[in-house]
Amino acid sequence: MTTAFPPGRSLRSPKFAESAKVALGMPQLRSNLAHATGTIRGKRATVVGELDDWESLRDAAAAIKADVQHRMPELAVAFERKATEAGATVHWARDGAEANRIAARITREAGADEVVKVKSMATQEIELNEHFEAEGLKAWETDLAELIVQLAEDRPSHILVPAIHYNRTEIRDIFKGRMSDAPTGLTDEPAALAEAARLHLRRRFLSAKVAVSGANFAVAETGSLVVVESEGNGRMCLTMPRTLISVVGVEKLLPRFEDLEVFMQLLPRSSTGERMNPYTSIWTGATGGDGPEDVHIILLDNGRTDVLADEVGRQALSCIRCSACLNVCPVYERTGGHAYGHVYPGPIGAILAPQLEPGRHDDLPYASSLCGACYEVCPVKINIPEVLVHLRQQGPHHVGEKAAMGAAEAVMARPRLWRAALGAARFFSLPWRKRGSVRRLPWPASKWTVSRDMPVPPKETFRDWWKERER
Amino acid sequence: MSRIGLFITCVNDALYPQTPKAVVAVLERLGYDVDFPQAQTCCGQMHANSGYRKDAAKLAKSFERTFAGYDAIVTPSGSCAAMTRDQYPDLTGTDIGDRVYELSEFLLDHAGVEDVGASFPHTVTYHPTCHGTRALGLGDKPLRLLRAVDRIELVDLPEADQCCGFGGTFALKNSEVSSAMLDDKCRHAADTGAEYLAAADNSCLTHIGGGIGRVGGPRPIHYAEILASTT
Ligand code: SF4
Repeated sequence: MTTAFPPGRSLRSPKFAESAKVALGMPQLRSNLAHATGTIRGKRATVVGELDDWESLRDAAAAIKADVQHRMPELAVAFERKATEAGATVHWARDGAEANRIAARITREAGADEVVKVKSMATQEIELNEHFEAEGLKAWETDLAELIVQLAEDRPSHILVPAIHYNRTEIRDIFKGRMSDAPTGLTDEPAALAEAARLHLRRRFLSAKVAVSGANFAVAETGSLVVVESEGNGRMCLTMPRTLISVVGVEKLLPRFEDLEVFMQLLPRSSTGERMNPYTSIWTGATGGDGPEDVHIILLDNGRTDVLADEVGRQALSCIRCSACLNVCPVYERTGGHAYGHVYPGPIGAILAPQLEPGRHDDLPYASSLCGACYEVCPVKINIPEVLVHLRQQGPHHVGEKAAMGAAEAVMARPRLWRAALGAARFFSLPWRKRGSVRRLPWPASKWTVSRDMPVPPKETFRDWWKERER
Repeated sequence: MSRIGLFITCVNDALYPQTPKAVVAVLERLGYDVDFPQAQTCCGQMHANSGYRKDAAKLAKSFERTFAGYDAIVTPSGSCAAMTRDQYPDLTGTDIGDRVYELSEFLLDHAGVEDVGASFPHTVTYHPTCHGTRALGLGDKPLRLLRAVDRIELVDLPEADQCCGFGGTFALKNSEVSSAMLDDKCRHAADTGAEYLAAADNSCLTHIGGGIGRVGGPRPIHYAEILASTT
């Protein structure tokens, strides 16, 4: 079995370029990723192409999210009031540690030592499973891909398809080796794998007293939460256990119920490439005799309100975690998600991680060629390249690079010096003129010549030619 | 008659005189008078995109001074045009970018010409560069001009819209990822069997051409040079 990275690799380091190098050296990983992202790119493009008003939907979604960012405190309080009126208990968590403590306490008070989980990025972000483990509680993932990752003691590498770095043979091997009740003679047919997981999970659903979920949307007007999913495991978790704990980032708020109309058109098409997703669960507080009786909502900040203060950077809070930007990103496709060293990988991770944890992911804004494919597909129109450049402009700079950039600017801002520099470059490249290009240069230019020739300056520049003809 | 200033870009200034010469040839063939302000250097894109805002702002100011007197500024670079239009307003508050045209924009939108009277008896594949296509919104403008060229044979580039991996300092900072992207681009380019690979940006062509120099494939050429050709 090939795991994408040795288990236990710290989430913090190494830096992106180093981790990317490791990933690039794994041909199986690269082919799994290229295949998976290629397929989903195609599906997305087809279903998006069916909607004439796609661009208006994107504009509407961006406008709604911008409004939410302007009125976040007001909307959060309105949501709390409505949800409380409907019988939910709303908790506020400043950071992950606080949210984890609250969730663990509720679980204990419910007389449970384990929970079943709906796939949720917020709980990944706060490392709820690890926290539960440390407290002697167990959190079981029930989303198929999350289950695979949990069994493999690995980490998710994609927002929507956490096990995207595995192919089905590798998944079969994980099930056989690590799932105690895996059927003998299990094949790598997707249907057989899904059935094995279904049987394995059914027992958990039937005995669980507590479920933990996130939410795709939190409607302030009604106090409702919304979970959008494909497999139905979420519906099981959201309806069967007596106690439900939902960890919801404050940026998930929407002002009105009717806003869902916009997002429910954008999200499935952008994420799975489907016109509509199989299961959408919407609940408002607790309803006697129907679903969970003890409903808790933990509203999570964890750095989000600090991000709000940055007028350019705060766009990142509009993200609906569809993962379209990952699927089109040429960098992500080649490195996979683990290289980013954060639970949010790909283009959105490159702008969100450094903002949620300032000072910790300063290399991520550089993990992009600024090709703009992400912005083109983002359903909420986050201008990812703009935020990347903005973060690069905020971030600390390497001393040597800073000096070089300053020197380049000093020359380029003075036409006479610039012309002199061009002359010098022509002079020093004379030995290579005949060949027309240079094959090897010293560091740091060696980073260029490792895979590319460097052209040499021409004998006659455009300037010379122009002067000659003006005469 | 409006005054047209030619912004050749620092890359062409240093390495590719044939491209701005071609722009001059095409514009003059269509009856335009072009001027080349000598004080021009660089639009500041490398500085801005690498995070050096102050340096970039100084270069933007210098661009603004150099081209203040022109009604239209024509450049053979999609990414430099995008720089002036997208980033200058925020950097220095100037809207000079509204008067900057990438060559194909000038020809199609300003001059209203699709057939520039060129002839190029070769097979050509076209790579739509990311900044030109996405940031500037060129769409298929350069390709439309190429389609109108006499005797040219255009071959589709597989996965044309995938980035070549250049990305300015990205090619150095994340050299391995960039090289992996370049590998794929070179392979697709070679698969076309075309004689030339055309694009709207010599910086991208330096990257792709640098890779092709190692593994073989079509010869990189700026599409302006094809438009200038009358062979
Ligand atoms: S940034 Fe946009 S495209 Fe990427 S996951 Fe978020 S919503 Fe989707």
